[in-house]
Amino acid sequence: MLEGLLIGLQTAMSFQNLAMVIAGCLIGTFIGMLPGLGPMSIIAIMIPIAISMGDPSAALILLAGVYYGAIFGGSTSSILLNAPGVAGTVASSFDGYPMAQQGKAGKALTIAAISSFAGGTIGAILLMIFAPMLSSVALLFHSAEYFALMVVGLSAIAAFAGTGQVAKAMIMTVFGLVMATVGEGALFNLPRFTGGIMDLQSGFGFITLAMAMFALPEAIFLVLKPKMPGNADGDIKDLRISRAEARAIAPVVGRQSIQGFFIGVLPGAGATIASFLGYAVERNLATKDEQAEFGKGSIKGLAAPETANNAACTGSFVPLLTLGIPGSGTTAILLGALIALNVSPGPRLMIDEPQIFWAVIMSMFIGNLVLLILNLPLIPYIAKVLSIPRNFLIPFILFFTLMGAYIGQNNATELLILVGFGVCATALKFADYPLAPLLIGFILGGMLENNFARSMQLYDGISFIWERPMTLGLLIIAAILIVLPSYRARRARIRASGVADGD
Amino acid sequence: MALDRWIALILLGICLVYGYTAWFTMDAGLAPFMKRNPIWPSTFPKVLSILGIAACLIILSGVEKSEVKEAEIDYRRLHEYKLGQALMLLGLMVAYALCLRPVGFIFSTTAFLFLGAFILGERKWLLMISVALIATMIVWYLVQQVLGIYMRPLPGMLGG
Repeated sequence: MLEGLLIGLQTAMSFQNLAMVIAGCLIGTFIGMLPGLGPMSIIAIMIPIAISMGDPSAALILLAGVYYGAIFGGSTSSILLNAPGVAGTVASSFDGYPMAQQGKAGKALTIAAISSFAGGTIGAILLMIFAPMLSSVALLFHSAEYFALMVVGLSAIAAFAGTGQVAKAMIMTVFGLVMATVGEGALFNLPRFTGGIMDLQSGFGFITLAMAMFALPEAIFLVLKPKMPGNADGDIKDLRISRAEARAIAPVVGRQSIQGFFIGVLPGAGATIASFLGYAVERNLATKDEQAEFGKGSIKGLAAPETANNAACTGSFVPLLTLGIPGSGTTAILLGALIALNVSPGPRLMIDEPQIFWAVIMSMFIGNLVLLILNLPLIPYIAKVLSIPRNFLIPFILFFTLMGAYIGQNNATELLILVGFGVCATALKFADYPLAPLLIGFILGGMLENNFARSMQLYDGISFIWERPMTLGLLIIAAILIVLPSYRARRARIRASGVADGD
Repeated sequence: MALDRWIALILLGICLVYGYTAWFTMDAGLAPFMKRNPIWPSTFPKVLSILGIAACLIILSGVEKSEVKEAEIDYRRLHEYKLGQALMLLGLMVAYALCLRPVGFIFSTTAFLFLGAFILGERKWLLMISVALIATMIVWYLVQQVLGIYMRPLPGMLGG
């Protein structure tokens, strides 16, 4: 591990990569602050730039920096404006905004920055410990297990979707898989489902789809319903926190870093769930007097979700880097970018390209440090971005969306596909269909089918399902994950209506 | 019927077409030697079509009731939002896609940014045109010179 750390340090400390971390964090903070633009949109917009750099370590470092920056920026707008830019920072506004209203905006931002730093750093240490362990286990996996593992990942996403949403998440996942079968596959040299349209021969572009699923609907929502409540006037000063406050939040930060990290590792449960759960847990653990303060500007109530969401962001890199299976929309986009750069994440990544793996981990430490010491003092100035009039902002968001899809393929038809899918995605968003499963399904679709086909060929049929106990076990887990939430919801409903009272 | 079930109905239609292609028409063109393979190009799509149809039917039948929650935007009152602006911006994006090649990057992008701000209600003409021009030039420089991706800057007839 020490050797790996040194390799990573060497790569991450190069001038170019340091610049990437700093640039990524700054860009992420800037854009993440804008209400309505989440990390997924920002990363989707940044991908063409990252891919055209050509160096996978630098690209991943840049994108990871953007990811952190976006979460950090999102918490800034939650605290100052009560307008979270990112779903993962909604819980931060519960206590952050009341603090800002009491004139303690500076203190709230400092607590957010310190908790984020601690969450991210502890998360990165845990990543360093667990990722190598997991990837040495993963080396034993066969293509049949990979197939089963991906099925587990996809069904977990559906399972975590919430009550009444399981079928919707499932249908979106299946549609992602369906879209992945369009075009020419690697195993069969036949174009499938193209309808004879030449532009579909190589399938749908993943950047186009990512833009259409996330950036465009969010921009359309911003147009439809302008949400810029209040403005960030008033100076942000007094960034210091006292020793007693630091002592009060220390145990919260410690607990939530670990809890957030493990929630982040689970596929489908990301920063959003981690932050809400972290808030709830800390509220239950707090003493009576402190509990009364939650929601009215409690420092613990701010520190908990901030720590948890950053730790969860780090945790979500574990399945991506060790198994090559993304658990969230953001890591799915990162996976797509890595594949475009000819790197396939998975257990072999640490052996074949250790410099990428370790450089990313190192850059997480550096990125967290950058956010703490560079962004925190700059926050009063960066917050000025919140006063850009939306009349100028929205055309630029749309333009960058179009540009991202265009320079990836250099094909104007791609832009029409983008607008078409964007409209569809907006309609799906209206009807409360989750969009991330679609993209995850789309990105995993190719790999899923290839692994399935390979095991079919090796076993000459589907006998691998029962002949390999691990595959069977994983598939059973997948089935339970799909069935259990709807079963429990059903029982709860029956009990609520008083039918099954006697059991 | 609520919007989510209408969408499920549309998705069901897509799944049926997809499934029909996978089950009945795709295998016709398969080379004889490939028929001896345990897996065909249509195997995976066949499975997907069944899963997709099943999930659509679950939503359509309403077996799994979702709790009604406050949506960010209520589509039933869509006309109360700035729908016109959104539609015009979408139209502008389509126009941009169609113009990008024939008219050239610089002109179409400047026009896009200018008209986008105009649609949203901005009327400070001088500011609008200067912001659009400067931004276009910066992006063009970055894409063309730094990233090295060719974009035709001017209309074809001007030698771009």
